[in-house]
Amino acid sequence: MKLLVCISNVPDTTTKVKFTDNQTRFDSSGVQWIINPWDELALTRAVDLKEDGSNPINEVVVITVGLTNTEPTLRKCLAIGADKAIRIDTEPKDAYFVSQQIASYVKTNAFDFVIFGIESGDYNGSSVGAMVAEWLDIPSVSSVSGIRFNGNQALIERDTPTGKEQIEVNGTAVLVVQKGFAKEPKIPNMRGIMMARQKPLEVIPAVAAEALTNYVGFELPQPKAKVKMIDADNMAELVKLLSTEAKVL
Amino acid sequence: MNFEFTEEQQMIRQAARDYAQRELIKDVIERDEKAIFPTEHIKKLSELGFMGMLVNSKYEGGGMDTISYVLAMEEISKVDSSVGVIISVNNSLVCFGIEKYGTEEQKEKWLKPLARGEKIGAFLLSEPGAGSDATSQKTTAIDMGDHYLVNGVKNWITSGNSASTYIVIAQTDKEKGHKGINALLVDKNSPGITVGIHENKMGMRSSDTHSVQFTDVKVPKENRLGDDGFGFKFAMKTLEGGRIGIASQALGIASGAYELAVKYAKERKAFGTEIINHQAIAFKLADMATEIEAARFLCLKAAWLKDQNLPYGNASAMAKLYAAETAMKVTTEAVQIHGGYGYVKEYHVERMMRDAKLTQIYEGTSEIQKIVISRAIATDSL
Repeated sequence: MKLLVCISNVPDTTTKVKFTDNQTRFDSSGVQWIINPWDELALTRAVDLKEDGSNPINEVVVITVGLTNTEPTLRKCLAIGADKAIRIDTEPKDAYFVSQQIASYVKTNAFDFVIFGIESGDYNGSSVGAMVAEWLDIPSVSSVSGIRFNGNQALIERDTPTGKEQIEVNGTAVLVVQKGFAKEPKIPNMRGIMMARQKPLEVIPAVAAEALTNYVGFELPQPKAKVKMIDADNMAELVKLLSTEAKVL
Repeated sequence: MNFEFTEEQQMIRQAARDYAQRELIKDVIERDEKAIFPTEHIKKLSELGFMGMLVNSKYEGGGMDTISYVLAMEEISKVDSSVGVIISVNNSLVCFGIEKYGTEEQKEKWLKPLARGEKIGAFLLSEPGAGSDATSQKTTAIDMGDHYLVNGVKNWITSGNSASTYIVIAQTDKEKGHKGINALLVDKNSPGITVGIHENKMGMRSSDTHSVQFTDVKVPKENRLGDDGFGFKFAMKTLEGGRIGIASQALGIASGAYELAVKYAKERKAFGTEIINHQAIAFKLADMATEIEAARFLCLKAAWLKDQNLPYGNASAMAKLYAAETAMKVTTEAVQIHGGYGYVKEYHVERMMRDAKLTQIYEGTSEIQKIVISRAIATDSL
């Protein structure tokens, strides 16, 4: 069984977000890039399932759509335990464009499960997974919180606001995973870090595809308003502010 | 000249940071207060490869360079310097000593389990009457033909009880002075070894420090590291590398306390504004940041020299001296910036201040480092 984990290369979660070109482009200068945290959970579980030895998984491959600046992120995936990394050599334009690139790769390289984190930490689109499933005409299960194997049969667990669902999927499927799929991201060990450079990182050309959307502007949220402390004895002032400033009364 | 770290070095630093910030932080206060050895953490850090990170992968170590070691030690010690010293002693005193000076048989038998982290190592040099003056060894290793008979007491032994592999420095031929000293590999479970009480220390309380008594302990001749009489040189050469570990540990204590102080200074208000806006606090932070950066460069320079197989004894003495003094100064200021909160345990900086003190004392006091550096100046060998 082969698993493909799709990786987004995103700015570190502590990055101070800035924009350039008249607020139309993200300013990537000085940004530290990381594996998208949701994808990292997906990869952690995939590697754990393989390393556990009792599951029918032979290979974990990671793939990203991006330029050479994504390679350190891919090598970290290899250090964590992926067997092979694929980089589709093009700037990721939008979800439609990226999904065509990944689908094209999966069409010629069979995988049993194609796994995505539920959203990326940069544009939070939550759409590539479902689009890939559509291009490939295969099932897609969203909000996956668990997977286990009974022989070759995968049992997928899905958390819903009102409980849990258990799902069987026949044949290749896309899984869009969320919290619970793995407890926390795996820390690579020294051996993994040393091995990362020896593992294959294949660079393949992009296929012809179009983007359907284009960012025309970004706006940062208003800075958080300062907290006003009101003396516990001064209830009248509190009521007045809730009414006139916060306008919640 | 290049100030950039390699991808591997950055990954190691991140791995150490993730483990420290995610796991060590959870129980660091309790382990300090109750002086609990971090058994589970050491097991997990072994699985990640930190316990033998400097050992060649041929002997089942991590095969990392000394720059990576400095980065890892800083990140671990930012949160928990007790764990830092356990890693440092195992890597740069015990594993390094065996890898550099041991025979292939010794490496097979003793080094591999240490590099895998299955066993912990301790370095037994100090004695009740021989600390800085390491030539005054009273512990004897009498040559009995096929074995040595070891008698004496060792003091202040880091991991003294939790270690199972000892490197013991002892006097074989008193007439020959320091040229009559040997370094021996000893199994802690050998008959005649008694581990003394757990020292109730001011800081580094999660690392166990003991005295160890040797009474007619038989040590096979094949356990001697290097030629007969090599023990003193072995100890001095090994300590040169050890100083990089302790310097990086001190650096971590300083940068950990500094980060907490900056966070606090940006949150705490006094006289209507965050205290970082008061020059008295801001200037303290400016000094702290500058001195930490200088200490970091000294550590990295010593590590770089070691990785290039160039002499690094003077550089490691400078790094150890400066980083330890910086740790003491920065942690004291971090407590001051925190005010009353700094004096209680839950804010971490009081522990760091207690921990920092030991970095000025062990693996060569600050005064000993000054002797090393000043002798190099006097002999035109700096």
